[in-house]
Amino acid sequence: MSRRRYAHLLGLGAITLLTVAALQRQTITIKGSDTMVILTQRWTEVYPHKDRVRFQVTGGGSGTGIAALINGTTDICASSRPLRPSESEQLQRKYGTRGVEVRVARDGLAVYVHRNNPVEKLTLQQVRDIFTGKITNWKQVGGPDARIILYSRENNSGTYEFFKDHVLQGQDFAPTAQHMPGTAAVVNAVAKDRWGIGYGGAAYARDIKEVAIAEAPGKPYYLPTLENVVSGRYPISRFLYFYLRERPSGELKAFIDWVLSDDGQRVVTEVGYYPIRLLRDTKRP
Amino acid sequence: MEALIRLFAFSALAAIGLILLFIARETLGIVSAHDISRAATGTTALEVYGAEDDVAAEVYNPEVELPQRPSESVAEHLTPSANPSLVQNLLGTTWQPVSSQPKYGLLPLIVGSLKATLIALLFAVPIGILAAIYAAFFAPAWLRETIKPIVELLAGFPSVVIGFFCLMVVASATQNLLGTTFRLNALVAGIGLAIASLPIVFTITEDSFTNLPRQLWEAGLALGAQPWQVVAKILVPAATPGLFAAALLAFGRVFGETMIVLMASGNAPLLSWSPVEPVRTMAATIGAEMGEVVWGSLHYSILFLIGFLLFVVTFTLNIIAEFWIRQRLLRRFRGLTT
Repeated sequence: MSRRRYAHLLGLGAITLLTVAALQRQTITIKGSDTMVILTQRWTEVYPHKDRVRFQVTGGGSGTGIAALINGTTDICASSRPLRPSESEQLQRKYGTRGVEVRVARDGLAVYVHRNNPVEKLTLQQVRDIFTGKITNWKQVGGPDARIILYSRENNSGTYEFFKDHVLQGQDFAPTAQHMPGTAAVVNAVAKDRWGIGYGGAAYARDIKEVAIAEAPGKPYYLPTLENVVSGRYPISRFLYFYLRERPSGELKAFIDWVLSDDGQRVVTEVGYYPIRLLRDTKRP
Repeated sequence: MEALIRLFAFSALAAIGLILLFIARETLGIVSAHDISRAATGTTALEVYGAEDDVAAEVYNPEVELPQRPSESVAEHLTPSANPSLVQNLLGTTWQPVSSQPKYGLLPLIVGSLKATLIALLFAVPIGILAAIYAAFFAPAWLRETIKPIVELLAGFPSVVIGFFCLMVVASATQNLLGTTFRLNALVAGIGLAIASLPIVFTITEDSFTNLPRQLWEAGLALGAQPWQVVAKILVPAATPGLFAAALLAFGRVFGETMIVLMASGNAPLLSWSPVEPVRTMAATIGAEMGEVVWGSLHYSILFLIGFLLFVVTFTLNIIAEFWIRQRLLRRFRGLTT
């Protein structure tokens, strides 16, 4: 029995210590999108008022982050997709707010092909037909006679949902689409597969070729460059969000305001995403 | 002290029982699961912070703040009548859980699991047994003493590393060698799984060989048989229970393996028996999708159903191994094995 009491005391002591530590420097937890982990981490590293706050950044996926927001285990949820009505509803039920949305950056989804693939440009419709399985051969889109190998993300990723909603208009992926765990895996697969095609954040595009996309046949083709994405001309782009339970105040507000400032937005381009507005001195990511 | 030991034994049993109970309970949610997302009303009147007051003045590109939202209604609002029969859906041939019409056909996943497992065992069992025969009967003592610990170390090899190896090296090698259309396929995953299960086959087989009475070997030789004849005609049949146990344990290990298949199989839920097409296994499906599934939804329950199926399959196999094959074979070889 005495041993048990000892353990209790120890636990109590630890909790007190932690509380004291927490009181001295407020901790802001940020959880969510794997796509945004690098970006969020960079923000917290560069943030100038680190003497006042401590950050804890974890990934896990947009859905995981939103669940954590609803369960109250994170202050900020980083999400690469907008909150669903059902999730907003859950917030309403628990906290009486529908959630606060902050658009913190913009991301363009690039369509990748192998370096040596002669296909340079596709219309949105062609991309849709390729990924839904209506087009199965590269010669149908002006390439050589070879089967198209599809690479997709896993269906739990925000990128998957974004591509499905935005590009496929809610249609299902072809069953032959291979599901890769992570954008890096998609890039890697396409880099090694002569006839592969995949999609993912433009920040990841290394050793592969990005395809220029036109919104419709006859319209101009755009590569996912800075100007094209920020201006919205490039057809496959999305916002990246922070979600909060209620309007921010105190240290949280200071941080979010800084993220939205020019300094914060400059970090966005450093990491390889697109700012929410063109800054005077932004370079292509 | 005895009470303590008993306590630990029972808590181990209880843990297994509780896991089974937990999985079964979550699976039962299928019956009552009303998709949470279905209950959504579709109003997205969230507060937007940062857009109006703080930033609005400096917005360079005004249309930036007016995004075209993807039409959420497409994915969100499935009518309850969209699922005419859940059983029919589960027996379907398409696995497309994130869809306006979610399709939860388990058939491609079951076939995928069996296909990957079969390929893996096709590699692991013969190679493992032959290696064990060599180590037990033909290798010099010093070599046996080094091989065995090294192979057993391999059993503890992280499957992520094996998966990565398959993804980077084996996939390219097989594609160059066989000219397969798909770089990642069941064969690549099967090779990875074989690497993971080889140590199990090897160790257990080797143990069952070394446990055979020495007299069998000597008597065989004394009768004038060649060493390989003794092994093939006397020792291998005598060790059959051990070989079966090895194969079944390897089956269990491979069937439930997640990381290797997740990385190296391509994960496309195709209903085909071709070894050079991508597969999606049951375990990999749980591994990939459990992370972000809406808690308590139908999809969530079905993932637990898959887990339950995995559990049942391996459990049944172990029971078969324990009570049927072992008893039967032991009876057959009574007097030979100790």
